Amino acid sequence: MVVLQLSGEDLAEKVGAGVPGSLATVFEKPTEQISELATNHVLWVKSSRVADVASFLQSDAGLDFDFLNSISAVDYINHFEVIYHLTSMNKQHTAIIKTRLEGREELSLPSVYHLWRGADFQEREIWDLMGISFTGHPNMKRIMLWEGFDGHPLRKDYL
Amino acid sequence: MTVNIGPQHPSTHGVFRLRVTFDGEEILEVEPIFGYLHRGTEKLAEERNYTQIVTLTDRLDYVSSMINNQAYCLAVEDLMGVEVPMRAKYLRTLTAELQRVASHLMGLGFFMQDLGTLGTPLMYSFRSREKILDLFEMLCGARITLSYMRPGGVFFDAPEDFWPALDQFLEDFETEFAEIEQLILENEIVMVRTRGVSILPLDMAINASVSGPVLRASGSEWDWRKKAPYDAYDRMEFDVPTATSGDNYDRFWVRMQEIHQSIRIVKQCVEQIEPGPTRAKVPLIIRPKPGAEAYGRVEASKGELAFYLVSDGGISPYRMKVRSPSLINLTVTEHLLVGWKLADMIVTLGSLDINMGEVDR
Repeated sequence: MVVLQLSGEDLAEKVGAGVPGSLATVFEKPTEQISELATNHVLWVKSSRVADVASFLQSDAGLDFDFLNSISAVDYINHFEVIYHLTSMNKQHTAIIKTRLEGREELSLPSVYHLWRGADFQEREIWDLMGISFTGHPNMKRIMLWEGFDGHPLRKDYL
Repeated sequence: MTVNIGPQHPSTHGVFRLRVTFDGEEILEVEPIFGYLHRGTEKLAEERNYTQIVTLTDRLDYVSSMINNQAYCLAVEDLMGVEVPMRAKYLRTLTAELQRVASHLMGLGFFMQDLGTLGTPLMYSFRSREKILDLFEMLCGARITLSYMRPGGVFFDAPEDFWPALDQFLEDFETEFAEIEQLILENEIVMVRTRGVSILPLDMAINASVSGPVLRASGSEWDWRKKAPYDAYDRMEFDVPTATSGDNYDRFWVRMQEIHQSIRIVKQCVEQIEPGPTRAKVPLIIRPKPGAEAYGRVEASKGELAFYLVSDGGISPYRMKVRSPSLINLTVTEHLLVGWKLADMIVTLGSLDINMGEVDR
C-alpha cells in the first residue's frame, strides 16, 4: 500500500476544529507558478501554537502522526520558516506542517521533544546552525559546532 | 568513572566520541558527541549549481554514494517536473541495490570486527564488496565517490562488458555470501554476545524517528521502497525482512536478509531492462521555478534519506536540508547502552551501522 499525502485543506479542517485559533494565514510565495508541494500539501500554523498542533496531530485517532520525519528551517532574511515532515505509520499518510517566525533576533519555537524523541538532535541542529531556540527542550545546546562558536552559519548573513 | 571513547577510537567508525560514565564495567550514563567531520555540506550547496551538488552528496554517507546521488536527483527532478527515461530508472535501481549490498557487507564486516573476530569475516565481506566497486568502476570510473547519477537520469549508459561482468558477479556472490552466512549466522559466540543485548522496543524506535534496518529489526515493516516507490521499485518483487526482538542479533540478521532481497532486485533489473535513452533532456544550468520546493526521499542503506530543496529561481538551491538517517538513528544510543557492559557498547554501536560523514555532514 502506497502512502497518501494529505492535502492542506483536509488538515486545516481537522486541526482548525481540534485546536481552535492555531491556524495561520497561508503565506503564498511571490510567484504564480509554484510547485504542488509548496502550496496544496502544506498546513500553516501559528508559531506559538506548534506544540499544541503537534500534540493534536499525534493524539487524534484519525490523523495519528506517530513518526516525525524531519524538521528543517529556512532563512528568508525578513522571516524564518520551520517545516515539519510527518508520517503516520498506522494510517499510512504523510503531512507537511509549516510555521513562520518574523524577525532575526531571539527567535524561539515550542519544542516537540516531549511528543517525538526524534526531534532531539534535529532541534539542537536548528539552534546550532540557524539560531532558532526551542523552549521546552531539555538539552538546548550546540550539536555540530563547539560551545562558544560565534554565530549561526546556515543563516544567509553569515559569511 | 567518566571515560571518553573516541574521537579517534578505532571502533567508533569515524571521528565520533562517547562520553561514558561507568560503574566498574557497567554503563551508567552516555552522551554522544559529534561534529568532528562537519563540513557544512548544506551551506556549500547554496554556492554550487544543481549538477555540482551531486559530488557533495557522494561525501555524505561515503560507503553508499549511489543511494545519496539517487535521493538528491529525485529531489531535483521533482523540483523541475522532469520524467526520467525507463532505462535510466532501471540502471538507478540496479546500482542502488548493488550499493546497498556493498554498504551492508561493510556494516556486517565491521560489526563482526567489533565482536572481536580479528579480520576474517571482514576480509570475506570485503572480497565481495571489492567486486561491486569494480563494477562501479566500469560504469563511471570511480569506486567510492561515484556521482554516477545526474538530475534527469544517469551519466552514461553501462558499457557492453558491464553486463557479462555483472552476471559473473551474481554467480560468484551466491557462494561467497553463503560462506559468510555459514561463518557467522549460527556461530555460537555471535549468538551469546548479541542475542537479547541492547533491545530497542518498537514504540521507542518509532517515537525516536529511527528508520531503516534498525527500525525493521524492532518489528516494523516500514520501507520507503514499498511505501512510496521511486525509480523502478514499483516493478520489482521483493520482501521486506523484519525481526521482532530488536536486539543486536536482529539488527544484523535483518541486514543479511536485505542483501538477499537486493540481489533479487538486481536480477529482476537485468531481466527487465530494455534499450533506450539514459538521460532526460535537462538544461546544462538548471534553474527551477522560484518558490518551488521538493522533498526527495529514498530508503537508503542506513534508513530514510531525504533532501529538502527550496529554489529561488537561481542556479543553486536557496536551501538544501539533508535528513540524515545515521544522525537520527543515534537518538536512541543512550537508551540502548545504559545498563550494559563496556564490551557490549562497541557491538551495539556497530549494530546501528552509522556513518560519520552522514552524521556530521
